[in-house]
Amino acid sequence: MARALMSNPGRWAGVGLILLGLCWTLAAQVAWAGDAQHFVRPGSKAATLGGCVEATPFMRRNHMELIKHQRDITVHQGIRGARYSLAGCIDCHVSHTADGQAVAINSKQQFCYACHAFAAVKVDCFDCHAAVPRGGPLSAAASGQGATSERDPRGE
Amino acid sequence: MMKHPDETIDQGRRDWFGLAAAATAAVAAPGVILHLASANTAPEAQPASSAVRWGLLIDTNKCTSGCRDCVDACDRENGLDLQTKPPTEAPTAWADQKAVWVRKVKLADGLTGRVTNLPLMCQHCEHPPCVDVCPTGASFKRADGIVMVDRHICIGCRYCMMACPYQARSFIHQPMHDQLTRVPRGKGCVESCNLCVSRRDHGLPSTACADACTAAGKGAIVFGDLKDPASPISLALKAMPSRQLREDLALNTGVRYKGV
Repeated sequence: MARALMSNPGRWAGVGLILLGLCWTLAAQVAWAGDAQHFVRPGSKAATLGGCVEATPFMRRNHMELIKHQRDITVHQGIRGARYSLAGCIDCHVSHTADGQAVAINSKQQFCYACHAFAAVKVDCFDCHAAVPRGGPLSAAASGQGATSERDPRGE
Repeated sequence: MMKHPDETIDQGRRDWFGLAAAATAAVAAPGVILHLASANTAPEAQPASSAVRWGLLIDTNKCTSGCRDCVDACDRENGLDLQTKPPTEAPTAWADQKAVWVRKVKLADGLTGRVTNLPLMCQHCEHPPCVDVCPTGASFKRADGIVMVDRHICIGCRYCMMACPYQARSFIHQPMHDQLTRVPRGKGCVESCNLCVSRRDHGLPSTACADACTAAGKGAIVFGDLKDPASPISLALKAMPSRQLREDLALNTGVRYKGV
């Protein structure tokens, strides 16, 4: 094979192109990952994890499709806690103040705001949904824990 | 016969394809196996089923005047106790407008003077008028009989509030800030009792109001599956006379009352 390659300059060019493509892809991935670190808030659970529920470039473009699809399944069929839940996004991406208070995820310089302000896309989610984790998937009464601090803005 | 030179087998090329196929399989296999293994049987992963129909049986003989335990439990369960009066609103108007999913109602018979107390919430009709009139499909009935509002498509027109014979629905007039994660609520949407839908989806046995009534020692509210003949609610319905409120409307309500 090696002899065949050496005897064919066209093949060399092909191999070169492929290598160039691979290098470019790698560089792009690294750049994207670095970018993502910029928007992921330090101190959030997401900052400690290697990746989101899907690849970061995919999440950037399609997160709204994922949660929009899952919301219908949750509301109409009652399937909860699946892979693309908004509560999951908030749990993972919310950051905390020095005294441990969760900061609303859509407030200035927080995870949602950072891109949405740049893209000039209004986020309607938090008109209804809690912007910090507040209370678990079940009430304290339902999960048999008695009175807990579920009304505390720190939640959980 | 001699082979044409071009037809000789390039072993290096074959090895390369073999290696590539093996590498692809090694990358893909764990994903496939994980996908097969994660067929989730947890209750929250199962869709609501029409094999059940959730309902309540309320014994008004056991319900007492002045007790609000079911209402308070509902408020805590769904974060309704987190709503605050807007500064511009008069206290009387707020008492009228704030969201309430369970109301305590007192019925007085003018002839005999007999007074009956009962909690009134969404009756989870089999043929819900609120679903009939909804122009967007936001008001809907789940497979398990729970009537609820999909706030994502509710436009806040409030036709359902007009149509409901039980005044079971509330409208949120002001921006909300302190919602619970499990109960998203917001301005411009209608809402009502959803039989503690997050508890249903997690396969828990009861509702907040029924639990509170039992804890208070009254036991006036029984929750259960109306389609299961062996469930406590079905046995109680079979044993004792009960009624639907406004049974003349033939809505086949999921909430039944004894002693009215």
